[in-house]
Amino acid sequence: MATQEMYNYKVVRQFSIMTIVWGIVGMLVGVSIAAQMAWPALNFDIPWLTFGRLRSLHTNAVIFAFGGSALFATSYYVVQRTCHARLFAPTLAAFTFWGWQLVILSAAITLPLGYTSSKEYAELEWPIDILITLVWVAYAVVFFGTIVKRKIPHIYVANWFYGAFIIAVAVLHIFNSAAVPVSFLKSYSAYAGVQDAMVQWWYGHNAVGFFLTAGFLGMMYYFIPKQVNRPVYSYRLSVVHFWALIFTYIWAGPHHLHYTALPDWAQSVGMVFSLILLAPSWGGMINGIMTLSGAWEKLRTDPILRFLIVSVSFYGMSTFEGPMMAIKTVNALSHYTDWTIGHVHSGALGWVAMVTIGCMYYLIPRLFGREVHSVKLIEVHFWISTIGIVLYITAMWVSGIMQGLMWRAVNTDGTLTYSFVESVQATHPFYVVRFMGGVLFLTGMIIMAYNIWKTIAGAKAIEAAIPAPSH
Amino acid sequence: MADFTSNFWPWFIGITTIISFIAVLALIRWMTEPGKTDDDPQTMGHTWDGDLAEYNNPLPSWWLKLFYITIFFGIGYLALYPGLGFYQGLLGWTEIKEYESEVATADKQFAPLYDRYQNQELATLATDTEAMKTGSRLFANYCSSCHGSDARGAKGFPNLRDDDWLYGGDPNTIKATILNGRSAAMPPWGAVLGEEGVHNVTQYVISLSGGKADATAASAGGEKYKQLCFACHGVDGKGNQALGAPNLTDKVWLYGGLPTQISKSIATGRNGHMPAHKDFLGEAKVHLLAAYIFSLSNEK
Repeated sequence: MATQEMYNYKVVRQFSIMTIVWGIVGMLVGVSIAAQMAWPALNFDIPWLTFGRLRSLHTNAVIFAFGGSALFATSYYVVQRTCHARLFAPTLAAFTFWGWQLVILSAAITLPLGYTSSKEYAELEWPIDILITLVWVAYAVVFFGTIVKRKIPHIYVANWFYGAFIIAVAVLHIFNSAAVPVSFLKSYSAYAGVQDAMVQWWYGHNAVGFFLTAGFLGMMYYFIPKQVNRPVYSYRLSVVHFWALIFTYIWAGPHHLHYTALPDWAQSVGMVFSLILLAPSWGGMINGIMTLSGAWEKLRTDPILRFLIVSVSFYGMSTFEGPMMAIKTVNALSHYTDWTIGHVHSGALGWVAMVTIGCMYYLIPRLFGREVHSVKLIEVHFWISTIGIVLYITAMWVSGIMQGLMWRAVNTDGTLTYSFVESVQATHPFYVVRFMGGVLFLTGMIIMAYNIWKTIAGAKAIEAAIPAPSH
Repeated sequence: MADFTSNFWPWFIGITTIISFIAVLALIRWMTEPGKTDDDPQTMGHTWDGDLAEYNNPLPSWWLKLFYITIFFGIGYLALYPGLGFYQGLLGWTEIKEYESEVATADKQFAPLYDRYQNQELATLATDTEAMKTGSRLFANYCSSCHGSDARGAKGFPNLRDDDWLYGGDPNTIKATILNGRSAAMPPWGAVLGEEGVHNVTQYVISLSGGKADATAASAGGEKYKQLCFACHGVDGKGNQALGAPNLTDKVWLYGGLPTQISKSIATGRNGHMPAHKDFLGEAKVHLLAAYIFSLSNEK
């Protein structure tokens, strides 16, 4: 029975390490395609290095490999620690690790070879989709099984978010990936035309809403109070913003299809709920930042906390920007421009990556019973990635708004002022700046990998005993 | 698969939308009701993982106001615009109506401008600098993606600045080309000629424009040419504008003049396509564009 009283850290360790590995891989691919946007010759005329193939590899790698591994690692850690229970079904947990790595490996092979379902953020072909489903079901069993085993009657708020994320992603993945296979690596969507588009963006936006928001809010709710060593600001706020968030996010998808063949009523609903999402999203930001009240001075000395708090600030910024861009009038300018890319990356780099980095700096040393090798290097990492993000986002804002304005500019004779290629030419300097921003962010990740390597090299994996809950 | 045009989805979404609004308002009320609004930041009395606890601070009032504003904006918007199932909204707005009215406004504003030019002779219009300024903008918007911003074309897309015309360079023919489009059909001869035949004809075609060709192959190719190619490209190889068959005796090559490129054209054929612009741009704009393109070839 001795093992019963220990936390299962093995799978947490595995996912944590892979978070950093996949982060570097995914961002390296991102930097490569950012360079291709500025200098198209950099695809060297090799089909599997072209933008069209590497772009989906980049998004899959950073969202599902990097973000996904971080979610698995932290959720397995948090659910055990806050339930005071060892992970349920350790074999299934091990299966989720190896299964998920196999999914990523399959993606890294099939996408560059050009096998794609052509659905954004769901490009993987049907056999891989089935594997994802199996892993996800196992994940749900492990996670909720551990919740059932909990020694504290109240379920901690972080687990609400992890739980909602796991359930919603299962539903989204199954419905959106429904397809008719015609061969081993080719299938056609079960939906046609505008319905296909609507299902795709119902999935696509909720991949952001549940995978990249709800799941990462779960991380925020555990690691910020832990790192600050203060109670969460408001339980009541977490109740309101949790339910309102999961309730309204699910409707926001149609804002990706403004002014298209999607019926007007669906567009209106999408816009209205996207706007209503503002307050529930900010509820999470308030709860994260206000947890710090009374301990603000820690921001000066603690770079891990700075990663966490800055990430929540970026979260607040992009969840303000998102609803604004969902307003049809604004969307008429912003849609199809680089502004969208900037918005996505203020969320992806500023929020998702920064909070992940902060959590990993907290988590990994604890999993190996070591102090982090160099706090100074975390400091360097923080500044280099912050500058990288700012360069990236501002370049895309300027470029995107410029594109939007150029495309709609009209002469007195009713002709368009600029041909499309002129707007392409005008964006070039901003693509160079964006590339530099990406290089900085990637450099930060490499510094992190070095720091973590020095931290854990030669360290023995530790097992922690499960303490009795205090009431 | 139910369609969006079936009755189910608008009803389902409409009703769920209303329920969502009520639920969100009820949720806020539940968390702000008396007894839950004391300002004493007590922790909730639970502790997880040694030291994790929660205060129960009240909802920030500025945040609540923001929440209410967006909710009431949403209700107002759905009252005015289509959104709740089959309810059309008080404004009677639809995307199609907005599009049509914008197009109508633009047509009303700009049509006289183009109509003015439409009755002018194309050759005369080509010398009107003001008109040509508009013509060049139309070209940049609608033509440059294939023919290049300098109108010098690209592989597969004809150069519009030279004197070589596939279908004829007089103003009215240019206009007809833009209005109705053109579909070229060079049939594939690979199966008929065989590998050697293709090689021979290629050498002959090269010799037509004075290029360096293998004399034996060219003469064998010439025999084949007289059987298969002359009908379109003419006995002398000067082509036929009525068919859009290119002149083979000049140095202008739409698909490239290297031996490999020429033999590819012969073996697998070519199917150039210029889309019709009559319905898309309307005759008045096409008229102006034709004049502009005519002016380009007369520039030098």
